[in-house]
Amino acid sequence: MIEVLPADGLVIVAKHECHTCVLVEPVMQSLDKAGPLTVITQDDPAFPAGVGRVLDDQQLERSFHLNIEAVPTLIRYEGGREVGRTVGWDRAEWTRLAGQAAAGEGLPAWQPGCGSRSVEPGVQEALIARYGDPGLASRAIPVGEWDDPIEACFERGWSDGLPVVPPTDERILRMLGGTDRKPGEIVGLIPPNLAPCTVEKVAINAVMAGCKPEYMPVVLGVLEAALDPLFVLHGLLCTTHFSGPLVIINGPAAKAVGMNSGINALGQGNRANATIGRALQLIVRNVGGGQPGGMDRATLGNPGKYTFCFAEDESDPDWEPLAQRRGIAAGKSAVTLFHAEGVHGFIDQKSRTPEELARSLAMGLFGVGHPKLCDSGNAVLVLSPEHYRIFKEGGWNRRRIEDELYQALKRPGRDLIHGAQGVPEGLPASMADKIVDKFPPDGLLIVRAGGPAGLFSAIIGGWPGQRVREECQAVTHEIR
Amino acid sequence: MNQAMNPSTKLRDPTAETSPTRRARLAPPPSLDGKVVALMDIGKSRGAEFLDRLEGHFKSAGVATKRYRKPTNTKVAPAAVLQTIAAEAQLAVIALSD
Repeated sequence: MIEVLPADGLVIVAKHECHTCVLVEPVMQSLDKAGPLTVITQDDPAFPAGVGRVLDDQQLERSFHLNIEAVPTLIRYEGGREVGRTVGWDRAEWTRLAGQAAAGEGLPAWQPGCGSRSVEPGVQEALIARYGDPGLASRAIPVGEWDDPIEACFERGWSDGLPVVPPTDERILRMLGGTDRKPGEIVGLIPPNLAPCTVEKVAINAVMAGCKPEYMPVVLGVLEAALDPLFVLHGLLCTTHFSGPLVIINGPAAKAVGMNSGINALGQGNRANATIGRALQLIVRNVGGGQPGGMDRATLGNPGKYTFCFAEDESDPDWEPLAQRRGIAAGKSAVTLFHAEGVHGFIDQKSRTPEELARSLAMGLFGVGHPKLCDSGNAVLVLSPEHYRIFKEGGWNRRRIEDELYQALKRPGRDLIHGAQGVPEGLPASMADKIVDKFPPDGLLIVRAGGPAGLFSAIIGGWPGQRVREECQAVTHEIR
Repeated sequence: MNQAMNPSTKLRDPTAETSPTRRARLAPPPSLDGKVVALMDIGKSRGAEFLDRLEGHFKSAGVATKRYRKPTNTKVAPAAVLQTIAAEAQLAVIALSD
């Protein structure tokens, strides 16, 4: 318990590192001689010198309870009640509250104070967690004094296999500070258990994923898109196929949180890319109850099920970004979610014309799912800068590239039917006389990303569930 | 502000809170048929005598057993011992007899 302040008298909250507090040290000494004075010191128990009652508040509990925003703060109590308060040094105010002993002869008439240590960035949430009411609805799970909280998270099954950041109250409060939405607001029902997920649960899992608070609007937008019935998150979770959610971010939000769309965009090393995608997976695991071996029945899975998230390179004004292609207004932030298996590298270092490269890319894209299948999933083509340059220099924009690839991805059914080319896998014999599209007209999503060097692009195969187009599609939502 | 040593450290549940806060024990198997029971001597004196008796009971019931031993009762079992038990047996009896 902290000591009770006197019912009558003066209280000053100060810190040694504040020049104004040091300036008024003689005033504090003068007030101490004149009457009951308590100084609460935030950083140095030996400051101020020459004052009888100095309370050490390095833990900032008193400052928190007194709601101190700046120092020095002078407070007058009468009969146990606060009757006056002034912040900084102001002779007129100090003498009004404390009499002539506070005149501070020789000092300037006025000097502003400094911020209280209790309101420094990140500190206030820690103090609320420690001394106040965090107002969190999620139940508390105590961790033993000698137990490692990270290991406790593993033992409770809250992890995807990598360490998670332990969701303490102060971290959750900081995370909630990243959104204006109320902690109790329900974002949606998370499959497979269709469990209601509040903004608070999103924040807890975002903490565990390693997100920064400013990622919260993106994480919430990603989750809302994932819960679009057309995305069929439940089916994606429980499939035996490889696929999991791929998150592609467009617009100002991607830049605001520092996402990577350049070198190694599909790889490791960028916190926002890594943790936003991971947060979605942790929410499905923890809130929805979707765990590998349980409802997640993937035969092999893919490494992207830890996290698979990147931003599109929108630096070329001639390029129509994916989100705008899919109906989002320019200048808006958006998330596109796709049912993705792993990354398949595509190499072409010889094509020099758009026509050559389109034919070559089509050869790579035929391999999605199986070279003889056309209903084994759609695809995302991640076009690298060097491959894109070939199209751009040839005068092809996004729409032209899409159209030409669509044409290049047509094949005679006779090459694809059961038994053709000595392979049983393939299309029904009834398709033999037809010309077959590899993907439906909107089944190939093209996005630009990658480092400046390398005639490589990436093909990301989709999920066979996408073949029922009216039931299952990639989705694009604006991030608000 | 040392969090690691704070006895009041608490986490908030990231799940839908449909299971108890205490972790549930594994349910006992419905049958011992085909199972191997590890009998681990924790290293205190006469523990082996107790495990000998248990082993006899299991044997007469037709249940396979394997014997393991901690090097000393004063320290936790080495990881290698626990990993060997996990690889070779499905159940374990950890016993002592003073």
